[in-house]
Amino acid sequence: MMEARLRKTFPAGAESRAFALDAQFEAEAGVTVLFGPSGSGKTLTLNCIAGFERPDEGRILLNDVILFDGAAKVFLAPQARHCGYVFQNYALFPHMTLRENLEFGAGSMKNLERHKRVSEMLERFQLLEVGGRRPHELSGGQKQRGSIARALLARPRILLLDEPAQGLDAVLRQELYAILREVQRDFPMPALLVTHDLEEALELGDQMHVFREGRIVQSGMPQAVLDAPASVDIARQMGVFNLLAAEILSLDPGRNISRLRVGEWEINGVYYPGHLKGDRVTLCVVPGQVRVAAREGYPPANTMGLELQHAVAGPDRARLLFQGGLRAELPRTDWEHIAHAQQFAVEIPAAALRLVKG
Amino acid sequence: MPIDWFPLWLSLRVAVLATASAALLGIPVAYLLANREFKAKEILDAAVTLPLVLPPTVLGYYLLIVLGRESGLGRVYEGIFGTPLVFTWQAAVVAAVLHSAPLLVKSTRAALESVDHAYERAARTLGAPEWKVFWRVTLPLARRQVLAAAALAFARSLGDFGVTIMVAGNIPGRTQTIAVAIYDAVEGGSGDTARWLVLAVSVVALALLTLANRLTPRRLPG
Repeated sequence: MMEARLRKTFPAGAESRAFALDAQFEAEAGVTVLFGPSGSGKTLTLNCIAGFERPDEGRILLNDVILFDGAAKVFLAPQARHCGYVFQNYALFPHMTLRENLEFGAGSMKNLERHKRVSEMLERFQLLEVGGRRPHELSGGQKQRGSIARALLARPRILLLDEPAQGLDAVLRQELYAILREVQRDFPMPALLVTHDLEEALELGDQMHVFREGRIVQSGMPQAVLDAPASVDIARQMGVFNLLAAEILSLDPGRNISRLRVGEWEINGVYYPGHLKGDRVTLCVVPGQVRVAAREGYPPANTMGLELQHAVAGPDRARLLFQGGLRAELPRTDWEHIAHAQQFAVEIPAAALRLVKG
Repeated sequence: MPIDWFPLWLSLRVAVLATASAALLGIPVAYLLANREFKAKEILDAAVTLPLVLPPTVLGYYLLIVLGRESGLGRVYEGIFGTPLVFTWQAAVVAAVLHSAPLLVKSTRAALESVDHAYERAARTLGAPEWKVFWRVTLPLARRQVLAAAALAFARSLGDFGVTIMVAGNIPGRTQTIAVAIYDAVEGGSGDTARWLVLAVSVVALALLTLANRLTPRRLPG
């Protein structure tokens, strides 16, 4: 278990704005995702935990060992922290073979044990045949597995993963997720995963902390954060939502409905407690919950007649972009039934419309 | 009159020893400048650069003061080896070190700083002590540029004139290096000797610079 409370400020430079990291969180066994856009302080947080950066204040505890304490002036060197760090581009030493890379990770063991453990790891990660190769002779997946195996050989107490899927194609990405899930099962320890990719957070994360400008603005299970983003900013940052500006025309708590004006259209929502008629609010809805039908003539009640601007039919889902920036996603087969239509009626189920704080 | 090739052999011997000494002294200094933060860093950096800008006679003067028979170091040397250091070929080695080390330190520092820090950080998280990070990761990754720096330092050691003549003198057959011998030959009107020695030193220097250039640009693929 890891606990961190970090503060670090950077004054404004010639080409950079002032930045302040001020974050506090815990990581239990399982994957804790540090989620946020680039420049939000998540990699800096990882580097503070690994000991590459020194916070101004705060404390980092890993299994009751103090890695850093600002007040007591404790700052353990990276060598003494037992953090397994998986770098974005793997950082396998290019002048060593894969086996030598792993042996470097097992540096503190006796020769015989080292040889045995390295062989076991190579076998465990299906790398036995390529142990004699240099990193540039390995495939992307082999490098990936090699760097994880190397980190594990040093017997870390926590795994730190810095955007491990960055720049990978879809196949390698799925492979990486599978490996990381296996690693979680076979080597139980907390893992911190830095990413700005929501899919990755949902695939791997047990917990998630959303970073914004150096602060944690929301914490929870990734699915829970996705279901209820705490603010418009967070919803926008997650990049998956349609955000609609709306005006509340009427509210009916008894029937749990509201009437909303979105652009030139009127649609139904649920009752939003704490709001009044006339309030201007922001609603969010994921593209998968938007319903699309072909239409002739004026759109039926509660739907919006929108012009289709762009459509991409993927292997199993079609992604549509309507005027005003509304995005919808539907199964490809459903799309094929209506793709010939000239005009569309777009419906958002009332229950899918969630109100987010400004 | 046959050409006396002794100055060329002496210069090569001096340059080998000077380059080895400059590397031994210079690589740790380059490491400090590249990796550590300390108060006197700027002063150390300036001090290392100083020999590049001072007139050779000034450097020679300093060396005579520090290594002369009256100085502490000079006496220690004389006590150990039985002969004074100044005006021997060994003094020419010291002169060449002073002449070539600044270049070696500067190029080596740049080489060490050019190594992707992710490799060094990876080594540290794997528990490797700092000496191991440097010896097994940083230095091997920078080795081509460090070798190029050594080749440049070697070429520069061959060419020293001013400092050498101040501390090692111009004793034919004993301390007369190639640069000094060429000066001597031109002054003494033996144009043939001058021509051949000039040609020899030019060829060696050209070969070294070509080697250094071939070593620098390429990088290992990750």
